[in-house]
Amino acid sequence: MSLNDLFAKELKVVNMGLESFYDDLKKQDVSAIHVQWKPSAGGDKKMSSLLGRLKGLK
Amino acid sequence: MQFIEDANKKALEIIQNAQPTLVGMGVARDTIPGMHDKLVLHAGPPITWEKMSGPLRGAVIGGLIYQGLASNPEEAEKLAASGEIEYAPCHEHNAVGPMAGVVTASMPVFIIENKSQGNFAYCTMNEGLGKVLRFGAYEPSVIKHLNWMEKTLYPILKEALEIYGPMDIKNLMAQSVQMGDECHNRNKATTSLFIRELASSILQTNSSKEDQIKVFDFLNSNDHFTLNLSMPAAKASLEPVGKVKDSTIVYTMCRNGTEFGIRVAALGNRWFTAPAEIIDGLYFPGYSMEDANPDIGDSSITETLGLGGFSMATAPAIVQFVGGTSQDAVNYTTQMYEITTEESGSYKLPPMNFRGSPTGIDIRKVVDTQIRPVINTGIAHKDAGVGQVGAGVVNPPMKCFEDALEAYVALLEEEGMLE
Repeated sequence: MSLNDLFAKELKVVNMGLESFYDDLKKQDVSAIHVQWKPSAGGDKKMSSLLGRLKGLK
Repeated sequence: MQFIEDANKKALEIIQNAQPTLVGMGVARDTIPGMHDKLVLHAGPPITWEKMSGPLRGAVIGGLIYQGLASNPEEAEKLAASGEIEYAPCHEHNAVGPMAGVVTASMPVFIIENKSQGNFAYCTMNEGLGKVLRFGAYEPSVIKHLNWMEKTLYPILKEALEIYGPMDIKNLMAQSVQMGDECHNRNKATTSLFIRELASSILQTNSSKEDQIKVFDFLNSNDHFTLNLSMPAAKASLEPVGKVKDSTIVYTMCRNGTEFGIRVAALGNRWFTAPAEIIDGLYFPGYSMEDANPDIGDSSITETLGLGGFSMATAPAIVQFVGGTSQDAVNYTTQMYEITTEESGSYKLPPMNFRGSPTGIDIRKVVDTQIRPVINTGIAHKDAGVGQVGAGVVNPPMKCFEDALEAYVALLEEEGMLE
């Protein structure tokens, strides 16, 4: 399917990240949900690294 | 991380299989391990007199007067600061206390036994609302009421419980979360069930009709009476988790009005603390955030178990007290599933389609998602003795969980479990 075909159909969107994208879609009556995604530990490198070390364990 | 998942599974088995049972009452001196006449137990992590906030200082002053160690507030304050009085967290003596949580040797306490593990937890009786010790009040009427509780209420309830036999508090709470309670700031149903269970036994005690009427009137006036049962029930359910090696499950969350403290299974008795936050909520007329004391009380042990704020969805009426909408209450509970390990097999929440309450806070998930546990709570005035000024929702500081995570990784390094 080409991209043009995709946008010719009814879209159902999962939005992650910037909530304003979701708000714009809703204003245009596009079926959408917003996922509250954040980077691990809110982007804190030290905490993210600690968590990463635990994930690597068997 | 299989060994961590195995350890957490063990911790959750302990919590899920807990059987907190009210087995009687006693006087703190004879009942709480390590209690003595110059020991004052308090809510939250360890703290010195110098660092105590208004409500806790007021409660200490009231406790010393009640105990007969001082005859007026000035004497009590001098004694409190003298170094003669020992202070310790309730939590380090198998006890819990709401708000200031002050326990002195002569105070009667409930005795909860966790029948599945054989451990005990203790808590004083709830005084009711208004000017009370747990909000830092210490005027003569407070001491008079405490004396009535010791000399009249306690003997009658103690005898009634001897007549009734062991009372299954888990069963009471499992029913009440399906009746609109969350067992922290909404206790109306649990208290009603408790009175219903004990009524006949109270009438069979060897006490005057006049005193029995006063006991019933008092219980009926105090919707939060069973907070002082749900708290030690949660404490008794969670305490054995503190011995589970390698587990990242939180088994204590508490506040002393100055600092918030947590304890994590693998890290045993170590406290991880940070400044307690000011609560965002609804204030009584005439009061605002400027009057508020930082977060205080051991009652967040209910959230640690998965009740209280974690189960807010099941107690929509509470939003009239803490603010927000009933949808907010559902949203809070839904969020808490992100930072917990299992759903409770016992505390099922009708508005969540009977999903079990979010159980087993995992420090890894809290730090990873940045979602902090939600606690709903009363707000104390920052000055001793004024009392409650509102209620709202508060979170522990993220620092507590981050410090715990760092300590946990260091522990694994020490054990040679990490490359």
